[in-house]
Amino acid sequence: MKKDYSKLWTLFRSMFVLSACTFGGGFVIVSLMKKKYVGELAWLEEDEMLDVTAITQSAPGPLPVNASVIIGYRIAGIVGSLIAILGTILPPMVIISVISLFYDQFRTNPYIATALQVMRAGVAAVIFDVVINLATNVVKTRRVLYIVMMVIAFVTTYLLDTSAMIIIFACLGIGIADLIVTLKSKRKES
Amino acid sequence: MLLLKLFFAFIQVGLFSVGGGYAAIPLIQEQIVNIHGLMTMEEFSDLITVAEMTPGPISINSATFVGMRIAGIPGVLICTVGCIIPSFVICLALAHFYYKYRTVSGVQIVLGSLRPAVVALIASAGASILMLGLFQAELPDIVLRDIRIVELIIFAGALVILRKFKVSAIAIIFGSGVVGTVVYTLMGAVG
Repeated sequence: MKKDYSKLWTLFRSMFVLSACTFGGGFVIVSLMKKKYVGELAWLEEDEMLDVTAITQSAPGPLPVNASVIIGYRIAGIVGSLIAILGTILPPMVIISVISLFYDQFRTNPYIATALQVMRAGVAAVIFDVVINLATNVVKTRRVLYIVMMVIAFVTTYLLDTSAMIIIFACLGIGIADLIVTLKSKRKES
Repeated sequence: MLLLKLFFAFIQVGLFSVGGGYAAIPLIQEQIVNIHGLMTMEEFSDLITVAEMTPGPISINSATFVGMRIAGIPGVLICTVGCIIPSFVICLALAHFYYKYRTVSGVQIVLGSLRPAVVALIASAGASILMLGLFQAELPDIVLRDIRIVELIIFAGALVILRKFKVSAIAIIFGSGVVGTVVYTLMGAVG
């Protein structure tokens, strides 16, 4: 794996901006990272970004921090990880430090409350945009197994509120089973 | 001594908050309110409100908030660093192995089956946020009549713009915040 220190500044700046502007849970930032690093900058492949998301979800700690460790490592090794983490944690640290001093004014301001409510519609649009691209690619693999897994995983997480960890580990199990079946059929052929 | 206590409390929060986001809240509560008595339950619920209203991961937000309230800027640094050390070490190790073995065909097959799951998880998060935006309620409590037309139009407009043009996601998010606030203000619905 090549280390590219010339990308460090872009890495820091992009992580900083993404983190400063991400309202809502970890998957919001994953959608934004996908648009940034797979689409705009073309640093990562789409499959790679999905793998990274699966890894971040199975490790402890906040998802955006985990994702920046791995993406930073990919771009510039351990130095990249540290730079990426710094970019990710600086905005919430500064914002919360300031807000903790003006907490009451912030909480009761009706304009802030309205803006935050409406912004959810924009955040949802960004996530749906990313999901449309990703889901199209899963369908394009033409593997019925993958399409069915995607639908079932969506139904169980969204409607039944199953935790993401359980979904990831269940699919890991299916993946291992898939591997064993593939290896066995290869052995029969040879 | 206090700083050391905070540091170890947040290392535990970072280490055991598997599943991210809201999984961290009960852990922080246990460490900060129950075990060490560094905050009252009331302050703690304020913290959750702030963490929800601001950008950034909830555990980093709470580490900062707790650190600031208890020990000022040094507290912020200690708590945040404690909170991310476990993530950093574990993810670095995972990243190392991932990039070493990702091209092995067996690993490819296993990872292949994780990808549809990740797409579904992202879709599910999107659906939850959309429902919260359109109905101000989670799935079981949704009343169709309560749909918020302004948010619906903004969502549809934003999605069309994203699909048709190359607009940055951040411009879309802030744009919808500004447009919505202006519209609600003109309607006299703010305040």
